[in-house]
Amino acid sequence: MYRYPDERGKFGRFGGRYVPETLMQALEELDEARRTILPDPAFRRELHELLTTYVGRPTPLTYAERLSEAVGGARIFLKREDLTHTGAHKINNALGQGLLAKRMGKRRLVAETGAGQHGVATATVAARLGLSCTVYMGEVDTRRQRLNVFRMRLLGAEVVPVTAGSRTLKDAVNEAIRDWVAHVDDTHYLLGSVVGPHPYPALVRDLQRIIGDEAKAQLREATGRLPNVVVACVGGGSNAMGIFTAFLEDDGVALVGVEAAGKGLDTDAHAATLTKGRPGVLHGMYTYLIQDDDGNVQEVHSISAGLDYPGVGPEHAFLKETGRATYVAVTDAEALEAVKLLARTEGILPALESAHAVAEAVRRAREMDKDAIVLVCLSGRGDKDVETIHHHLGGDL
Amino acid sequence: MAALAQAFARTDRPAFVPFLVAGYPTPEATVELALALEEAGADVLELGVPYSDPLADGPVIQTAAAAALARGMTVAGVFELLVQMRRAGLTLPVVLLAYANTVLQKGERAFVDRLRASGGDGLIVPDLPHEEAGELRAAAAAAEVALVPLVAPTSRGRIARIVTEATGFVYAVSSLGVTGERDALHPDLRAFLADVRAASPVPVAVGFGLHRREQVRAVAPFVDGVIVGSALVRLVMEREDDLASPARRGEALAAVRRFVANLLN
Repeated sequence: MYRYPDERGKFGRFGGRYVPETLMQALEELDEARRTILPDPAFRRELHELLTTYVGRPTPLTYAERLSEAVGGARIFLKREDLTHTGAHKINNALGQGLLAKRMGKRRLVAETGAGQHGVATATVAARLGLSCTVYMGEVDTRRQRLNVFRMRLLGAEVVPVTAGSRTLKDAVNEAIRDWVAHVDDTHYLLGSVVGPHPYPALVRDLQRIIGDEAKAQLREATGRLPNVVVACVGGGSNAMGIFTAFLEDDGVALVGVEAAGKGLDTDAHAATLTKGRPGVLHGMYTYLIQDDDGNVQEVHSISAGLDYPGVGPEHAFLKETGRATYVAVTDAEALEAVKLLARTEGILPALESAHAVAEAVRRAREMDKDAIVLVCLSGRGDKDVETIHHHLGGDL
Repeated sequence: MAALAQAFARTDRPAFVPFLVAGYPTPEATVELALALEEAGADVLELGVPYSDPLADGPVIQTAAAAALARGMTVAGVFELLVQMRRAGLTLPVVLLAYANTVLQKGERAFVDRLRASGGDGLIVPDLPHEEAGELRAAAAAAEVALVPLVAPTSRGRIARIVTEATGFVYAVSSLGVTGERDALHPDLRAFLADVRAASPVPVAVGFGLHRREQVRAVAPFVDGVIVGSALVRLVMEREDDLASPARRGEALAAVRRFVANLLN
């Protein structure tokens, strides 16, 4: 039986709690809430009701028939998280944590965001539940994703551009944690991925595993069997943990996480933490990091603002070390090609994050038999990335 | 650790523990600042190792640390600074503040051994809570380096567990939030400090937010030491250009000495 994390919040040697003492009490309270409130039938009913009537779950499973034919190998199925309210899997976690925070008596949410999808999801949930909301976003990302900044403000959230450090997601997380330290009495930090100190990696995973549970049941109904491979993109890694968790004990199912190789793994401009990093502490967890010899965390790059994070969820570090999952990296250019391919064969514009998973799925499917099945988590839709995609592909279309 | 115990044994006022960012504004200026602080009445020096993601620090210290890193300060450079301070005649105990990843990347054992060999007396790791500190505690004990834990007003039921294993002193966080000057201290500060002191086998120093003489006076009866960081680093920041210039450094150091005198008298 796979039972992680342990009572100290560890996945093997990864995870744990490396935070200022001021937060320890709050983390213990949150863990207590996770263990008592989440399984409570009344809470589950309320969450289920909102997931069904507000988020739009279950999301469909789409057989990508024309893509599969174009690739000429295995059958490719897409789990359509892009069809949720707000357009990405982030809403599953935001809604779950928002309800949990409300049950805990918190009145305010703080969140970090990179591409803006988690910020939009949190702002949405705050509006729906009547909580106030502050979102920290790296100043660089507020420019890359200005439409999402506008969306958050429209939803009533305060968006704070972070000008410290590399001005991206890493620094937004630092600022959100700092805000939480100062307002821990009435504020819940709604962390957006399977990262951070215990219990966040477990909490976010448990709220996202609905992706894998649904996909598994839907695929069984459609094909009568399990997939050969499950592919998902990994920045912090929440959509990947969400879909992987349902298959962890199915030994015949290969699990593949796809990181951002940016401009190439032989350059410094990538965000391939598990592929090129080494273990250390960031944002309260022991995990793989992109860092220098002194442990200073380095700037990373991806065309996708949602993937350029120098750390990764500790459970992914554990799955890599145990060999249960494998992690590969896809470049900016390959991701852009995947956007074009999926758009033209299936009429679906994937988020740049998800396009990394599509690129790897195509690469694998090509090498596999026609009766094999590749399941891809299409974590979000590409509307937010159209400007970026236009900037890179505009002249080539 | 005996030197630390002695530093906190004074009866006229709480021990004064100023904080500097190593390498800010320059390595040479850090040494001069340390000597000036000792001359002005500092009892223990807290020296911060610059780190890229200083979660427990506010904007002033974060900015100074980023500047020190940008100018090439390294972990090896910090130890070298410590050696230079001792060579220049600094006698007060020095406690290093380093983030968990800085220590882990060098290895707990190697880090504390090097700290001891460079003339350091203690270590504070602000993002390493009691539960994760076991290996470092053992390594520090073996190297005779004090491992100073932090306790916060939110620590409640955790205080006894944390302070029981403290060596050197206990760092009591005066208010929630990150480091930085504050006008209002935590409303339950007195009761909190009394709890910590009652449970602690070693002296208790209070820090986070202290920057005025009245605040130092207000907490003096309840603690063995006061830690002043951001206010001092801000002063250093305002005098950055003077401190970086050997010709103009003297006046800036005099300003630092005046700041300390004003705080303590």
